[in-house]
This record gives sequence, structure tokens and C-alpha cells, in this order.
Amino acid sequence: MSEFVLEVRGITKRFPGVLANDHVHFDLRPGEVHALLGENGAGKSTLMNIIYGLYQPDEGEIRVAGQPVHIRGPHDAIRLGIGMVHQHFMLIPVFTVAENLILGAEVTRGPMLDLERARQVVRHLSEEYGLQVDPDARVEDLPVGVQQRVEILKALYREARILILDEPTAVLTPQEVEDLFHIMHNLKARGVGIIFITHKLKEVLAVADRITVMRRGKVVGTTVPAETDERGLAAMMVGREVVLEVEKGPAHPGEVVLEVRDLRVEEHGVPVVDGVSLQVRAGEILGLAGVQGNGQTELAEALTGLRRPQQGTLVLNGEEMPFEDARVLIEHGLAHIPEDRQKHGLVMPFSVADNMVLCTYYKPPFARGLQRQPQAILENAERLIEQFDVRTSGPLAPVATLSGGNQQKVIVAREFSRPVRFLLANQPTRGLDVGSIEYIHKRIIEMRDQGVGVLLISAELDEILSLADRIAVMYEGKIVAEVDAVEADKTTLGIWMAGGQAQGAGHGTTRSAGAAAS
Amino acid sequence: MNPWRTLWHYNRGKVLAAAALVVFVVWAYTRDPQIVEAVLASSLRLSIPLILGALCGLIGERSGVINIGIEGQMLLAAFVAFLVNVYTGNLLLATLSGMLVGAVLGFFLAFMSVTLRIDQIIGGTVINMLAFGLTGYFYQVGLVTKGKFAPIPIPGLADIPILGAMFFRNPPLTYLTLLLIFVVQFWLFYTPWGLRTRAVGEHPRAADTVGIDVYKMRYLNVTLAGSLAGLAGAYLTLEAVGSFERAMTNGQGFVALAVMIFGRWNPILAWGAALLFGFATALQTQLQFMNAAQIPASLLWLKQIPHQFIGMLPYLLTIIVLAGVGGRTRPPAAVGQPYVKE
Repeated sequence: MSEFVLEVRGITKRFPGVLANDHVHFDLRPGEVHALLGENGAGKSTLMNIIYGLYQPDEGEIRVAGQPVHIRGPHDAIRLGIGMVHQHFMLIPVFTVAENLILGAEVTRGPMLDLERARQVVRHLSEEYGLQVDPDARVEDLPVGVQQRVEILKALYREARILILDEPTAVLTPQEVEDLFHIMHNLKARGVGIIFITHKLKEVLAVADRITVMRRGKVVGTTVPAETDERGLAAMMVGREVVLEVEKGPAHPGEVVLEVRDLRVEEHGVPVVDGVSLQVRAGEILGLAGVQGNGQTELAEALTGLRRPQQGTLVLNGEEMPFEDARVLIEHGLAHIPEDRQKHGLVMPFSVADNMVLCTYYKPPFARGLQRQPQAILENAERLIEQFDVRTSGPLAPVATLSGGNQQKVIVAREFSRPVRFLLANQPTRGLDVGSIEYIHKRIIEMRDQGVGVLLISAELDEILSLADRIAVMYEGKIVAEVDAVEADKTTLGIWMAGGQAQGAGHGTTRSAGAAAS
Repeated sequence: MNPWRTLWHYNRGKVLAAAALVVFVVWAYTRDPQIVEAVLASSLRLSIPLILGALCGLIGERSGVINIGIEGQMLLAAFVAFLVNVYTGNLLLATLSGMLVGAVLGFFLAFMSVTLRIDQIIGGTVINMLAFGLTGYFYQVGLVTKGKFAPIPIPGLADIPILGAMFFRNPPLTYLTLLLIFVVQFWLFYTPWGLRTRAVGEHPRAADTVGIDVYKMRYLNVTLAGSLAGLAGAYLTLEAVGSFERAMTNGQGFVALAVMIFGRWNPILAWGAALLFGFATALQTQLQFMNAAQIPASLLWLKQIPHQFIGMLPYLLTIIVLAGVGGRTRPPAAVGQPYVKE
């Protein structure tokens, strides 16, 4: 009897141009949580897809409970007791929980589906594992956390002893994450082995029994939480020391590059940006903190030429600018890293090269009169790919084939490779791995040191605190506080972000009069 | 969820309207039983190709494949069934040939949609053009059949007022169709195959991850559904008319799509819709031939409306339904999108 419920030895998988898994060893004991950590593109998903039968390995062997097995498809994997909870749920929205559960492994009475027995199965499993779900609820009506429980139940129904959780916390609220950890604890107690895939360092340290780190297709090492910390794990993931707190010198603010006066944006008659006035100087980073949904998106849209506000003035480099004309703003030195890189930052089916000239394609050297200059565009892309270390198979690759971090690098390369006076960075590191976050932060600081004025909008307080020179807090469409970064602390900022009153409210013009009363 | 409960919940207006219609029919029957029975029987006859076409369409769409080639399937099946009848006189063989033709064209559509991943509207158009071309080219005037299916009254049941004339004095293919409606309803909502079919039409990747073969399901469903369209074609030449004419399907394959949508991709509801369409056509025809004396005074205003407007009614209703008035009409989520296994 093997001590391992799953062993994977020497797994190698090649895709055109990429060695996704390079002689990977991995094992799992019953009743343990073994976390698999790595950046995007490290090979974690490929390895899991091989274990679940969605891919075939080129080399290597898999053993379940000590016996070598050949997994040709999900059917085989399920039969061997391997269950997978995907990052994007594989549930039929219009079916009920019971129907989703039995799909593919239906309980029947003669030729008919036996939904009553299915319901009983759901209730029985619910009780046994502590996963509360209503068997007759339609999946599309359920909150995300409950949908995830249905996915887990699906695996348990098929008697999974090995459960793969692929980035399970990406879509959960903090409370739901707690509930998930509780469920994992229950499963462990019943001897189920769990493979927990993530790139969130804090979670891994909180819940894992063992941690394996992958990088560029290889296993870098295996450790336990007691013997490591966030810095250690990050270093293993990226291959060098990762500075989790970015280094920056003091700011030397110059003249005002961006001024906004009394900006007001309305949605269906309701003000979502309510009389906002801001100033950003050259060579400084103004961090705009706030919980998402307090008007930051609309403010960014108004400042980058995507939306016409009901009222307000925008002055860039001392010149008053029209709203809703992105090109004029860009030509006057505005750079924009948008919140949603796939919707607003890139044209997904276009090549990397074309995406890199999205703002300048109509000007020489990329165009001469009416004629496009493909050679110049290509050379520009090659140069930027090297300069910004974009991992891609080539400048002509569709940008959709790049990982999230590299897509963001394409946007950054594009924005930073032309003369820029003001940068608006909106959630610039959302969804990125540790290495990419470090890179983007470094480049933003560089821009600041070169004299660019930066407005950083972010829902991650850690990011604001580490990058900003001055911090403003937005709540319900108004700026409720503005402080120098050195004087700010998380607790006070947190109170302002929730609309409360706190000591030290604002320097300069106070805008919190009456507005911050919750 | 119990499909009957879903039916009532999403279709209250229609169910009530249908009840009102029933009341009207019963009242009219007391005035002139013969005409009412004739109109009702005619409604059912006219609805048969529509419901068979709608069943063909909905089985395909529930699996995720759009079929606008139902017209072509019906037409070519009608032609082949006609020829087999002419040369062998064997009605059963002719029916089976028609169904086979429908299935073969269905397989062709599946091949184009699933393997070649051609735009499914274009695939359906190809089938229509093929059918029109082949039948137009090979048709010779003057071929004579040896007969068609005759009505078989069911003893006892055939004598029930109103319903007896409508349902229980019909030729065999009509009985078969009525049976098939319930068979498809049962199969789609109460069997594992039906559950998997619906899963494949809503979220094929999810179905794939639990080990369901999406390609195989789509091929099988579209091919088998094709045999229903083939049956519709066979019905036209072997039971309804008794001979063949160029383009005799006359757009019924497309009307069947409207019936499918009006019936919310549900066999029983689609049957109701088909009957409604059939009724409108039958009523329109009947009014044309009745003179003013035969119509009760309270309904004389019906004769004032140009009869074509009455015939238009079902199509108007379909447009209203498609526009989303009276509740959302929601096709299977993945319909029309070719599935690519990673």
C-alpha cells in the first residue's frame, strides 16, 4: 500500500514553441492539502489537465494508490477517483443542482431519470461533508460561493479521493474564502487529498500542508509553511529575490500636469462622480483609494476621453481639454492603463505588433500618408518586446495568446514608449502574478522619476500605500480625504473608504464637509 | 424542475388564451357541428408537417445545432417517398425511404456543422438548395401513384363529439406523429439521453468535462431528427396530397421554425403552436368558402376582414413572441456555436 494516493513522475508535455511541463514530479497523500504555486504560465494548469485526462503527457507516468494508470480522458480520471473543480465553473446554468450533479453519471429507474433519488443523494452528501445546497435550486440563481460547493459535490458524488481545486478563491468574497477553507478541512478529515492551485501567497501559508512551487514548467522545490514565508515563496516563484515592497526615493513634484475641477458624472440622473476636484503634479504619484464602485470607473472614463461628464473642467499641461476626445488627450501627453485590459486596452484578435501601435499607427514612422508601414511596426514591436521582457512567441502572435501579465506589459510598453506627461493607471496589477506586479510597479515609479504625473486608482490598499506620494480617498463619488502618504495608515484609510469620519481628515481644501457622514 | 410546472409558469397568458379558444369552439359546435368538425380536422392535418418539422428543429437546437434546412429535408423526402410509391406501391417502404432521406440530409448537416464547423445557417441553406435543385431537375410530370394512406377510425373513440372527428379518424402517419410528440417530450425531459442533449446545447464544455461526447451527441441527434423532417415529407405525398408537385412544401419547413420558437423549444407547446397555425389556415380557407347566410350574425364581422389577414395571425404572433413581449424566449445558450474540443 503506497503512502501516496497520487504520484506523478517525470511528466513532460510539449506544445509548439513551449515546454509546458519538464520532468515534473508531484505527489499527494490522503487527507493532505498540497498547494501548487506558480506564476501564470508556470505549467500548473497543464499538469492538472494531464492528471484529469484533458491532455496526454509526452513522457512520464501517473500512479493512483500505487498502481500505474493511463488516463485517456475525464471519464478515466473520474473512474480513478480524481475530481476537478475548475476555475471557471463547468455547470449548466439552467439546470438544477441535482441535474448538474448527476449529468454524465445519471441515476435511472428503467429508462427514466430518477430525480428523486438524485435529490436524496444531494442531501446525503450535503450533510456528510457539511456543504449546504438546495437540490432543486437552479444553478444560475445561486451565488458564486454556493456554485462552487455544487462543483465540489459533483466530484464527491463520483467518489473522488483526489480533489483538484483550480484557483478556487479567485471569485470568492473573504467570507466565502473562509467557508471554503472550512470545507477543505472537513474533506481532509475524511481522507480526501486536495491539490490546491493558486498564486495567492497568504492563502497557501494559511491552509496548505505542503507547498510545491513551479516555474517555467519545472518543479522548483517543495516545502512546508513552517519553513517559509511570503518572501521565500515569491522568490521561488520568480527565480530571484522579489521585492514585495517596491523601493522608491522621495518625490520631487513639479508643476501641475493635470487639473480637474468640479467634475460631475451622472448615470440615470444619479451623480456617480459628485463634484470632484484633483491636481496631479509632474513627478508625483497621487493614489486614489476606495472600494470599487464609488465612482472611480466613471472618473477614469471622463479623464481619458471615454465619457462626457455633465459638468467639469479638465486641464492638461495648462491647456483646457475637451471631453470625449481620446486622441486629443493622447496627443497632449496622456497615457492610460485601463481597468479591463481585454476590453479597453487591447484588440484581442490583433497581433502584439498592432496592439503596440494602437495610439500611434496613423503617424510616421508607422504610416506615411495613407499607407501603413508594416516593417516599421514590426521593428517597433521587436524592440519593445525585448525592452519590456514580453513573453510571447513573436510580434505577430495574436495578443490573446499571451498571459495576463504579458498582456499588461504590452499595454505598458505601448503607453510608455511615446512622450507622456500624465499617466492614469487604473487597477494596473489586477489579476497578475507576483513577478508581473513587481515589474509594473517598478515601471510606474520609473515614470514618476522621469517627471510624469501619475494618478493611480486602485482597490488594493497595499498597492496604494507602497506606491503613492499623496493619497486621496473616494467614497460615493466624492473625495472625502487627501493626505500625504507618510502620514497615512491603513486603519484611517479604511475608515475613510467606508465613509466614516476619522482624525486628520484632509490637507488643503477639505471636501468632506457633510459628505462623509455615513 | 417539473417541465409541466415550468410550462404553466412561463406561459400563463397562452394557456388562458387557449382555454378561451376551446370555449369558442364548443360554442360554435352547438351552432353548426359539421363545419366545426371539418375545420378542426383540417387544422390537425395542416399542423402535422409543422409539428414534425418543429420537432426536428428543436431536437437539433436543444443539442446546439441550428437547422434551417428543414424545408429541404421535407421536400427531398417527399419526392423520394413519392417515387418509391410510384414504382413499388408499397406505402410503408415509401415512408421509410422518406425518413431515410431526411436522416441522410441530417447527417450531412451534422457533418457541416460539427466536423467542418461551417456557419450553420449556410449549412441549412446548402441543404435547401440541394433539395430544390434535385427535385426540380428529376421531376417528371405524369407519374401516377397507386394510392395513399387512408383514414383509420378508432372504434368507440371516433364517435366522441368534436374530439372524435379531430383525433380519432386519421390515417396512420397522423397517429404516428401524435405519438411521436409525446415520445420526444418524454425523451427530452425524462431520460438521461435528453439530459445530456440539453447539457450539450447549453454548455458543451461543461458536458465535455463530465465525459459526454459532444460531437457524437450532436451527430446522432441531428441525424435522427432529420428522419422526423423526412416523415413530414412522406406525410405530404403519401397521406395529405397523394402526389408530388414542385416546391410542394411551400415554406412549411420555415413555418416549422416559427412553431418551434413559439413553442419555446418544448414539444407539447410546439404542438399547441402547430395546431394554432393549422387552425388559422383552416379557418381562413373555410371563411373564404362560406357565404354570409351560413355565418351566425354575431360573427359576420369576421367575413369583413380579408381572409388573408386571418391567415397572417400566427406569423404576427410569432413576431410578437420573438420580440420578447410576454416573457423572454430563450434558446439553448450554446446554439449555433461550433464546439471545439481543446
